[in-house]
Amino acid sequence: MEFQKQKPIYLQIADRLMEQILNGEPAAEERMPSVRDVAASMGVNPNTVMRTFDFLQGEEIIYNRRGVGYYVTTDAKKKILAEQRREFIEVELPLIRKKMQLLGIDCEDIIGKNQKPNPNICQ
Amino acid sequence: MIEIKNLSFSYKKMPVFTNIDLTFDGKVDSNDEQRGHIYGLLGENGVGKTTLLKLICGLLRPKEGCCSVDGFTSQERLPEMLQHIVFLPDEVKIPDGATPQQFVDELLPFYPEFAQGTFLHLMQELEVEPDRKFKEMSFGQQKKSLIAASLSLGTDYVLFDEPTNGLDIPSKAQFRSILSKRADERSTIIISTHQVKDVENLIDPIVILSNNAVMLDASVQRITEKLYFEYGGEKRDDALYSEMQPGGYLNVLSNATGEESQINIEALFNAVLKNKSVFKEMFK
Repeated sequence: MEFQKQKPIYLQIADRLMEQILNGEPAAEERMPSVRDVAASMGVNPNTVMRTFDFLQGEEIIYNRRGVGYYVTTDAKKKILAEQRREFIEVELPLIRKKMQLLGIDCEDIIGKNQKPNPNICQ
Repeated sequence: MIEIKNLSFSYKKMPVFTNIDLTFDGKVDSNDEQRGHIYGLLGENGVGKTTLLKLICGLLRPKEGCCSVDGFTSQERLPEMLQHIVFLPDEVKIPDGATPQQFVDELLPFYPEFAQGTFLHLMQELEVEPDRKFKEMSFGQQKKSLIAASLSLGTDYVLFDEPTNGLDIPSKAQFRSILSKRADERSTIIISTHQVKDVENLIDPIVILSNNAVMLDASVQRITEKLYFEYGGEKRDDALYSEMQPGGYLNVLSNATGEESQINIEALFNAVLKNKSVFKEMFK
């Protein structure tokens, strides 16, 4: 499964920054690293990182304090997790299900016979 | 802004450019501050990439048309223009006995915005000693010294011809990092190169030259709006270009859905050369 390869760079950078926010670096209401520092540390064009920041701002994960920099919103973690859940269920899960059918694996093989399977996965 | 208008150029009877128009400019960000761009200038051997850089900084004169930098005509080579632009050729004749520090000291009178602090900082980041003689350095170390010197002159425009030639693997990453910082300040940088892998995620916009003309001049965002790069699939008949890769075919398709993908500059380049008229129409 290769979802990642296709994704534009600015979204891959967004994924990485969201991962860091989930780990509390930076935490809610703390300051984000600057566009310049992110670009330099990854060796990418600052315009690309600017797009990443615009995207994260649109998702209300960060916000801009004019002239000061970008900060993590209070609800950032909640928003990231909700989005990742949605992506898992809508994008990744169907692929997993397809692959399971192809390989003849059913839910019991994965979860074990004594546990009740999660209906979301095995419908 | 660098402005090229109706420019034609030829070496003796051999035309290099026929009536081209091109501009290189920075941009204004959301906080109303001037920011630079890192242009990638690509093209096959002998297509005129170096010639274009020389025309921009006044080392060559156009046969027809005009090239100007911030309103100053390049071929007049006025100090007012030259102090804002630096061109680092692929090969530079450096005085063997000199050190990088002596080299920038020589240039200093011509560049009022030169910053010694920046120079030392860049030399340190690239791990070269400012007081070591050029003749005692490897080719790569010489190149890194010249890159540090070019970027510390404080010019608004920096023209690099094959800057990653001779750099070792860690130096290439350092080079990207330094450039990305620099462009975020205000300098507009133009990198002419064949080593697209070295600058893959760095250059934006991308300019491709071919057949005495400009084949493509577009930002990465615009390119990925128009084109879709499909990785690891089957070979597609409707692809503008496809090539086999270890994980399956890489197809360059016209973007029907508007979904964005990750650009692959080598594939883009091959697609442009293969479908010149299609691209001309697509990016009009």
